[in-house]
Amino acid sequence: MIRTLYARSKQGYRTMPFPPGNDTLPERFLGMPFIADGISGEDIRECVSVCPTGAIDAPGGNISLDLGKCIFCGACDKACAGKAVTFTREYRLASRKRDGLVLSNEPAREEKDPGKNIKHIFGRSLKLRQVSAGGCNACEADINVLNTPGFDLARFGIQFVASPRHADGLVVTGPVTNNMRSALEKTYNAMASPKLVIAVGACAISGGPYIDSAEANNGVDTVLPVDLYIPGCPPHPLTILHGLTSIMERLK
Amino acid sequence: MDTRAVRTYNCGEIDIKDIPVLSVSDLSETAFRGTREDARISSFWGSNDGSGNTVLTMVLARDKDGYLEVMSTSVKGSYPSLSGNIPQAHLFEREIYEQCGVRPEGHPCLKPVRRPASAGDFLSISGEEIHEVAVGPVHAGIIEPGHFRFQCHGEQVFHLDIALGYQHRGLEKMLPGGPDKRTIHYIETAAGDTTIGHTLAYCQAMESLSDREVPLRASVLRAIMLELERLANHTGDLGAMAGDIGYLPTSSYCGRLRGEFLNMTALICGNRFGRNMVRPGGVTRDMDTTMIKELRERLSRTFSDVKNAVSLLWSSSLVVDRFDETGIISERTASGLGLVGVAARACGIERDVRFDMPVGAFRFSHIPISTHSTGDVFARAFVRWLEIQRSVEFIFDQLDNLPNDGIFSPLPEIRPGKMVVSLVEGWRGEICHSVLTGANGKIAGYKIVDPSFHNWPGLAMALRGEEISNFPLCNKSFDLSYCGHDL
Repeated sequence: MIRTLYARSKQGYRTMPFPPGNDTLPERFLGMPFIADGISGEDIRECVSVCPTGAIDAPGGNISLDLGKCIFCGACDKACAGKAVTFTREYRLASRKRDGLVLSNEPAREEKDPGKNIKHIFGRSLKLRQVSAGGCNACEADINVLNTPGFDLARFGIQFVASPRHADGLVVTGPVTNNMRSALEKTYNAMASPKLVIAVGACAISGGPYIDSAEANNGVDTVLPVDLYIPGCPPHPLTILHGLTSIMERLK
Repeated sequence: MDTRAVRTYNCGEIDIKDIPVLSVSDLSETAFRGTREDARISSFWGSNDGSGNTVLTMVLARDKDGYLEVMSTSVKGSYPSLSGNIPQAHLFEREIYEQCGVRPEGHPCLKPVRRPASAGDFLSISGEEIHEVAVGPVHAGIIEPGHFRFQCHGEQVFHLDIALGYQHRGLEKMLPGGPDKRTIHYIETAAGDTTIGHTLAYCQAMESLSDREVPLRASVLRAIMLELERLANHTGDLGAMAGDIGYLPTSSYCGRLRGEFLNMTALICGNRFGRNMVRPGGVTRDMDTTMIKELRERLSRTFSDVKNAVSLLWSSSLVVDRFDETGIISERTASGLGLVGVAARACGIERDVRFDMPVGAFRFSHIPISTHSTGDVFARAFVRWLEIQRSVEFIFDQLDNLPNDGIFSPLPEIRPGKMVVSLVEGWRGEICHSVLTGANGKIAGYKIVDPSFHNWPGLAMALRGEEISNFPLCNKSFDLSYCGHDL
């Protein structure tokens, strides 16, 4: 017992503040991409051609970057030497709408609430059920980490539960493999309405690295209606935490 | 030594035309004799040769002597199964049947590997007080999908069937014709918690195929990343095992400390899982003196906390009582099944690629093999703790002696008509990538064997005669990858 108490005192209080301090994210972290103004056609073409998932497109010569397909590999930044696309350390990437993830160098549109007033319906607690549908387990690992004392998800009133019957929302990772599709649908159907669906990670949003695989679908919204998209490959735990708390409207 | 197979080494390329094509009985005989001595099957797969025949290629590993043997045979329709005499071939043969349609005649349990299982695929037992428990694919926690079916007599498990394949993304099919801009990202996401391990196996293979060495500094940085990956996962596993028996102090401390190691990985490359760091030709990020100092400080602080959290386990009678003699695997079973990594070393088997067949920085700095002899949950936990200590020591040692030559040198085209077997000791065990190149100098065949592929049958054996309530603890003591198995 003495040993246990000594260990407890050594481990100390480790829960980080949220929103986090400025130096929480590593210096080399690749967060929200920034698209420069007045880029040459050649730089745009370079970026489009190196992108492994087709996240960068240039319809009518105007560059656009789809955060839902982006796996944050930084190839575009490297190819154009940072002239067209660079990555900032901004970790807040979540969007309530799929097209809210498409960036361009035009000013961002104000996102409208899609109509589900979460707070009004669910009050101040949100119970989530997680289903892994063909991911690589990195998204799952960084969702799991939110339950550790470092992030302490429970302080925001959010909790992962063991049964779809107890859940207000379904958190899905992975592109939804053919082998997992029916289990995912069954889980969704087992939940009581009203219910939310949250897609975490590039795979779950668009298929990510597995876009157009014959063995998988291109993301959760090919199967279920999605209410929140959290991009990244995998998203940083803070990105996921921001997404989950933003849907609860607890933090402005 | 058998002269019927061609001898090669970890990352040593050979000409495809030099791989002997044996008769099925010769291949079977060679494999049988090898596994009776001290060899094991590292990889075994089938590929269609374009004329209606299927070529089966086998890689045997001779750990003690540090070399590999490669041989092949050509079959059509069916062939006599090897699994009756060589238990460790059974999952490979099931995979070959599923992928190529070649039937291993006389196989003891020919079931799907990655296709959804149906009711007839499970062994069932009948009798008084016998009941069946089915779990998954959707589990209660935040965890990958798999289906477990237990045949129980009261609380006691007679038999466990494990049906996987839910995470199958068709990864191996996407690689031939490459390398292209998508290849590296398939490899990096083969198993997300083993990003460095799998990427390293791929890059080593590409470097061997183009006959280039990477700069020494790159080799050392790669080894540091690999050991950080091991530290994060071993620490997380010890915490999770404590959590499964309700011992919350170690569980909550190690949960956080695992993240500290991931943050060290992110300090070096910006991503907690080591994405975008290891590339064919070297690494993409360097460390300057400030960062080295920062890493040293963090490592030393975190290790001290890990030591504090993990030591609680060994001093708690509650923990030792639950860990001791739970989920036992005998050394005979472990070597018969060809187990790798922590699971094998916990049965007293000295088997570690870093020591047996070292490449890269491990050629110059050996990490001693950590073993324990009891083959139970305790052994699998204790071996992890030994490895944590040795990995920390290794990283400190490497940071003191970073070579100064460079981190990247671009590779020329890969050479046609070659084959290479690339092995890496990932944190779960041996990762094996076998790559063949076509006449056009592109990848013609790519076979990945994640350590989980060898070890899932080990978990099923560990449950025999065990109480069903000990399943979560046994499962966590192996902590195998679903996506690494399913690809």
